Amino acid sequence: MSKQKTERLLGLVVCLLSARRYLTAGQVRDAVPGYPETFDAFKRMFERDKDELRELGIPLETGVGADDEIGYRISRQAYELPEIRLEPDEAAVLGLAARVWRRAELAGAAAGALLKLRAAGIDAEETTQPGIEPRLQTDEAAFAPLWQAVRDRRPVAFGYQAAGRATPQGRNLEPWGVVNRHGRWYVAGFDRDKAEERVFRLSRIDGPVTFTGPPGSVAVPAGTDVRNLVQAWDGAPPPVRTAVLRVRQGAGYGLRRRAISDQPGQDGWDLVEAPFSEAGWYADYIASFGADVVVIEPVDLREAVIRHLKGALT
Amino acid sequence: MSGAGGSSRAGSGRAGPGRAGPGRAGRSGTATDRLQRLLALVPYVVSREVVGLAETAAAFGVTESELVDDLNMLWCVELRSPDPYCPIDLSYEGGEIMVSQAESMDRPLRLGTDEASALLIGLRMLAELPGPQDQPALRRTIAKLEAAAGEAAAASAQVAVHMDGRAPADVQAQVAEAMRQGRRLHLSYYVPGRDEATERDVDPMRLLLLEGRSYLEAWCRSAEAVRLFRLDRVLGLTVLDVPAEVPKEAKQVDVDSGLFRPSASDVKVELELARAGRWVADYYPCDQVTDLGDGRLKVVLRTPDTGWVRRLALRLGEDGKVTAPADLVREIEDEATAALAQYT
Repeated sequence: MSKQKTERLLGLVVCLLSARRYLTAGQVRDAVPGYPETFDAFKRMFERDKDELRELGIPLETGVGADDEIGYRISRQAYELPEIRLEPDEAAVLGLAARVWRRAELAGAAAGALLKLRAAGIDAEETTQPGIEPRLQTDEAAFAPLWQAVRDRRPVAFGYQAAGRATPQGRNLEPWGVVNRHGRWYVAGFDRDKAEERVFRLSRIDGPVTFTGPPGSVAVPAGTDVRNLVQAWDGAPPPVRTAVLRVRQGAGYGLRRRAISDQPGQDGWDLVEAPFSEAGWYADYIASFGADVVVIEPVDLREAVIRHLKGALT
Repeated sequence: MSGAGGSSRAGSGRAGPGRAGPGRAGRSGTATDRLQRLLALVPYVVSREVVGLAETAAAFGVTESELVDDLNMLWCVELRSPDPYCPIDLSYEGGEIMVSQAESMDRPLRLGTDEASALLIGLRMLAELPGPQDQPALRRTIAKLEAAAGEAAAASAQVAVHMDGRAPADVQAQVAEAMRQGRRLHLSYYVPGRDEATERDVDPMRLLLLEGRSYLEAWCRSAEAVRLFRLDRVLGLTVLDVPAEVPKEAKQVDVDSGLFRPSASDVKVELELARAGRWVADYYPCDQVTDLGDGRLKVVLRTPDTGWVRRLALRLGEDGKVTAPADLVREIEDEATAALAQYT
C-alpha cells in the first residue's frame, strides 16, 4: 500500500534526522513502525527504502553504529536547505523562471524547487507577471538522456543524421554541455571517434542515447564555454565582401535592413550595397527575392545567382 | 487509521490535531511524491507560524481534504525506540495550521541538481533579454540561489540558452514601456513571406519568449485579430498617446501547443528535397516526411500563405522542388524565369 509506504518512509527520515549517532539496521527496525517481522524481509525492504531516499536527494550517511555494526543517519547540515531570503521582486522573477519549463523536460524539477523554496518561507508564485510568457521547449527525445549525461558526466553513444547524409552514423561523445541557440538544442563535447571537439543538433539524433561509461567519467576541460562552441559552429561567418544590387522599390526589405547604403533610383529601382560573407550562400538568399533583386557585382555572385535560378527551372 | 481520532499515536489520550480527514491517502502521485510534499509541509507552516488550510492546499496543489490527510499523517508519526515518542505536533483547528513541535524537520530538503538547474537555467534565460527592468532582480536572485543550492548549482553551468539577440534593445524596451503604461503601438513590420513592410496599430497583450525568439502578442487593429509579431522584424515603432483596448474576444495564444497550428483553410504544399535541401525538414514543421532514398526527402507542409513557400523554393534552387499544388509550381517557374530575364 502506497500510504503505508509513505508512512514508513516518513518515519525513517524523521528517525534518521533526529539520530545523534549512526543507527544500525536493527535499531531502525525497532524505532520505525511498518517494517516486516522477519529479518530477511525487513532487510530487503530497508535496502529499497534507502535507495528511494537517496533518489530523492536525501543525504543518507553510513558510519559505524553500535557493536561496530554498519549504521545510518541523515546529517541535518547536509539535509537542510541553507537560509535564503528573497525580496518581492526577486521572488517574482523566480516564479517567472519556473514557468520557462512548463510542459518541458525539467517542469517537475522546477515545481519541486519552488515547493522547497516556499517551504523555506519564500512566497514565489508561478503567476506574478502576467505580461510576459517565457518558454523553453524540449521536444527532442534526446534532451533528457543528454542532460543526465552532462549532469552526471557520463559518455554517450547515439546515431546521428548529419545534414546531407543518407543514413545515420554512430557517434561516441563525451558531452560537455547542452545549449539552446535560437530555439534549437545542441550538445557540445569531445567526439571520441574524430578525436576533436564537435557540436551536434539534438533534432538530428536518431534513436536512443545510451550511456557508455559510469558517472564522473567525463572531464570537461577547464575554461570550456559550451555556448561559444555552439555559436562558432552554428553562427554565420563575418561578412567580408560587398555586393552592389539593384532592388525594386518597395521590395527587398530583408536585404535593405543589412545594407551599407541604399540610394533611391529614378526608374523604380534602388541601388543597394550590402555586405556578405560567401557567394554561394548569399546567392541562394538573393534568389529568394526573385525578380525584385538583381546583382550588378561582384561577377562571381552574379553568376552564382544565374546558376541558382537556372537550377530552380530544371 | 481513519482520521486522527482513531490514531495509534504514542502517548494516546491526546486529542487529534483537528477534524478527522476522510481517511484515504492523497491521490496525487506516488509514495515518494507524497513524501516530498510531507517533508516540505512542516517547514512551510513553521516558516509562516500560522497559515490557512486553503492557502496551503493551493500552494501544494492538493485539495483541502488531501492536505488534511497529509497533516494527520505527519501528526501520527511515531518512533517506538528507545522510548516511544511523537516527533511532530500540529493542529489545524479552525482552518489555521500551526506546528508546535517539528523536531528536526523544520527546514526543507536541499535543492537537487535538477531542481537548482531548472530555476537557474530559466533565470539566466530571462537575463538574456535586453529589457532593463528586471536585470538587477535577476542578478540578485541568481546569486542567492547559487549560494543556497551549493554543489547542486554547478551542473547548470553546462547548459546555456542563447536567445536570438537581433531584436534591437530599444524595440524591446519600447514594447515593455507601452505594456507597462497600457498604450497602443504603431508598428512598421516586415513580413518576409511577402517581402513587404506593413504599417499597423496594435494593442499589446503579452511578451512571449518562444523558440529562442521574442514576440509581441497583440490585438492587430487592421486584421481585427490576435497576432504575434517577431520583435526582430519590427522595422520601427511609436508608442501612441492612446490607451490600448484589447477587446474581450481577443484570445491569448496557447503557447504550449506550439506556434504553428495548421488550420483547415491552409494550403497543402509538397516539396521534394535533395540531400543539400534536407534542412527544410528540420526548420519547418512538416505534416509528413518520407524518405525517397539516396538522401532525398519528400515533405508535406501546410501554410496559410504560399508566399514564403515560393521564396523558399527560389532559395532552394535545384536542392528542392515544390511538386504540388500545380498553380504554386507554375508561379515559382514564372518568377524564376522573370528573375533570369533581368540578367540577359
